[in-house]
Amino acid sequence: MASRLSLRVVALVYLGAVLVAPVAVVAYKTFEPGLGSVWDSVTTPAAISAFWLTLEVAAIAVPLNAAVGVMTALALVRGKVPGRRFVEALIDLPFAISPVVVGLALVLLYGREGWFGDDLAKAGVTILFSFPGLALATIFVTLPFVVREVAPVLREVGEDQEQAAATLGASRWQAFWRITLPAIRWGLVYGVVLSTARAIGEFGAVSVVSGKVAGETETLTLLVEKRFQNFDLSGAYAASTLLALIALVTLGAMVLVNQRKELS
Amino acid sequence: MSGLSASLPRPRRRYATGGAGALGLGVATLWLSLIVLLPLAAVVDHSVQDGLDAFWTSVSSRQAVAALVFTLLVSLLVTAINVVMGTVIAWVLARDQFAGKRAVNALIDLPFALPTIVAGLTLLALYGQAIAFTKWAVLLALLFVTLPFVVRAVQPVLIELDRDMEQAAHSLGASHRTTFLRIVLPNLAPAIVSGAALAFARAVGEFGSIVLISGNKPFDTQVSAVYAYKQLESDNTTGAAAVSVVLLALSLLVLVALRFMEGRRHRWNG
Amino acid sequence: MTRTCASSLLAILLGLLVVGCGGSEDTKTGSGVGSDEQAKSQLWLVAYSTPEVVYDEIIPAFRNTAGGGDVGFKTSFGASGEQSRAVEGGLTADVVSFSIEPDVEKLVEAGLVAEDWKRATPTKGLVSKSIVCFIVRKGNPKRIETWDDLIKPGVEVVTPNPFTSGAAKWNLLGAFAHGGLPYVERLIKDNISVQPKSGREALQTFTGGEGDVLLSYEYEATTALKKGEDIELVRPADSTVEIEISIAQTKDAAPAAQQFIDYVLSPEGQAKFVGWGYRPVNPATVELTRSRFPDPPKVTTITDLGGWSKVNDDLFDPEEGAIAKIEADAGVSTAR
Repeated sequence: MASRLSLRVVALVYLGAVLVAPVAVVAYKTFEPGLGSVWDSVTTPAAISAFWLTLEVAAIAVPLNAAVGVMTALALVRGKVPGRRFVEALIDLPFAISPVVVGLALVLLYGREGWFGDDLAKAGVTILFSFPGLALATIFVTLPFVVREVAPVLREVGEDQEQAAATLGASRWQAFWRITLPAIRWGLVYGVVLSTARAIGEFGAVSVVSGKVAGETETLTLLVEKRFQNFDLSGAYAASTLLALIALVTLGAMVLVNQRKELS
Repeated sequence: MSGLSASLPRPRRRYATGGAGALGLGVATLWLSLIVLLPLAAVVDHSVQDGLDAFWTSVSSRQAVAALVFTLLVSLLVTAINVVMGTVIAWVLARDQFAGKRAVNALIDLPFALPTIVAGLTLLALYGQAIAFTKWAVLLALLFVTLPFVVRAVQPVLIELDRDMEQAAHSLGASHRTTFLRIVLPNLAPAIVSGAALAFARAVGEFGSIVLISGNKPFDTQVSAVYAYKQLESDNTTGAAAVSVVLLALSLLVLVALRFMEGRRHRWNG
Repeated sequence: MTRTCASSLLAILLGLLVVGCGGSEDTKTGSGVGSDEQAKSQLWLVAYSTPEVVYDEIIPAFRNTAGGGDVGFKTSFGASGEQSRAVEGGLTADVVSFSIEPDVEKLVEAGLVAEDWKRATPTKGLVSKSIVCFIVRKGNPKRIETWDDLIKPGVEVVTPNPFTSGAAKWNLLGAFAHGGLPYVERLIKDNISVQPKSGREALQTFTGGEGDVLLSYEYEATTALKKGEDIELVRPADSTVEIEISIAQTKDAAPAAQQFIDYVLSPEGQAKFVGWGYRPVNPATVELTRSRFPDPPKVTTITDLGGWSKVNDDLFDPEEGAIAKIEADAGVSTAR
């Protein structure tokens, strides 16, 4: 039908212009100077450090939020939580907060003049401008994902199986491992994938608390910004393409997991 | 992505088997407080540390107000565009069949996966001088990052929607347009609003994709998040905190309104 | 499942051990600015953004010298004020270099740098100099040559915001030295179109197509030209202000810090600065390179203007400063 076709065209053209074209152009501009130059760009010591640093930060933030996220989802869905609505809004908040506010908040807490500044200085602990600061910022922004994916699954799945297990003598822990966890597994994995993507791509909050020490607190996204500002446009594109590739892998994982989710 | 909407009434069992237990609840509460509540409390506290007058001065400076107005306007515009295009895209994905549909469907999530700074760079690469440092740059960046929200909110609803009513309407002679407006749209409305609210909240706070390409011209292309960042950099943490509180309040307002609406809807549906 | 959990935990722990093992140089030659584990000592260099290209050359050269071989470097570059704030907020630093003296004084107040830091170097705390210049489009289509050309109608000027970019204060001081407050007021109100947050961002804004002339420093033009940007340097024909870049070591600095500063101020180190367009401060190098750095007829220094304390209080104080008031009237954000 004409209207169906035109609707399809409108949708595809919009997507093409807003989504595909920009990404395609960056990919093109990245490889314009040649594969060798791109390889050089992503294998400078700074780039390698940035890559590993980014992954390490994600490796801390994501599992922590996953573990606590599952606990929170369980508590919210199955327990009696006073002020449930408030808690739910709190969980959603990192979704809607500007990353700059996150960075500012961390500075106000852990900076030298922050709430904990003195205590930290006395204990000789540095949070800002080093790895822990990056981790905290990333933990904040990736907090909601696992909870939001696991909670609805928990709700749908219900407690019948666990109750049956209980009557058969299983401990709470056993019931969790053997029944609950497998039941929520695709929701959990999907949440983990989303958190990872978010953690790797975080820029604003990290920009405020990083200190930009090359090789130490400079993540891949910060490296992109730095290269852009140093007129190293092709270097910025190369690092961006690396991030985009990671994004595509994450996207692929999301698609796969989604399929499994729908099947189970 | 589904929200944490209130569940249908179930026989309540306190800490039933498989639940997290008191320890789990304790850990969750501690975590949330430490990671979310505490930092935000610090921001609010700091914003009023010089008194409410100073807060008001920071927030009502000409540049701050201009940034906020621009932020709100462009976010509303972006949300409006998303409502329309998001629904169209969701419709095409749910109801249409064509080669490569699976790929297109997967692509929708790209803005979720791509770092914001890369998004900004891609727009710069594509449109170059033409839009750099203009309001269009901000608009395009925001359209990119908010694209999935409405689509992903509406899509599952469309897929699950019972076609019987539409078919009945057709057999009674209703045009496509009438069917859509009278039957489909009311069912989609809550999902659209939910997606739109999240898109709006996201747009209002967006930073990474805008900071490189908008030129951040005061009174022209400067959004509140960037303004707050500038205040932070000029050591005006109180001013930055004040603007942050405004942005926070906006986000909270949107989220709470969303919850309230979802709660009402569920009550309505029994 | 427990086994996979345990092994992933192990992987994470191993990963943590790997932190910092990548090195920090961002060039393809990779000749080792590196923060190697084998290095006997670590030197943390926190500096403002533009001389990163210079230090990328100086550091490997330093490590090739007798004393510098076993020093590993950690470097951080960013906007001068931002970097100063970071060090004040806890960022480790052994050697700091900022584009305005007050950014170092901030650290003296915070107890991180000795009060007599200027006397620790033969150059009175300076590492390089420059002058305020105009950067224009190739061919100088609007024929900009003097400060008065800037306030002609239709000329759009780009200069960084002096309240986020300390270095930008030099630009406005140049304007002030030329025509006092009335000139500055006219410039800000009528001709300055945008004030980005840092000198480098201003340069990017300009090369991105915004404005007719950029107020900047002589060396920024050299750097931009070396990186292939399509611009032209114009030294003001009438007057300008001399820019002084500071360097200092922190109180708890490693012993290598003094060695490094000595090297930076030596003819070898200074030669690297000259290569990127910075004016040297080592007397021998100054003599050698005098012809490369011509001066306008009148060059004002910060001392001529009364020193930074006076200038900051009179002109840039967020509440009382004359220029701050002008900027606020024009609606630009001022600090505090």
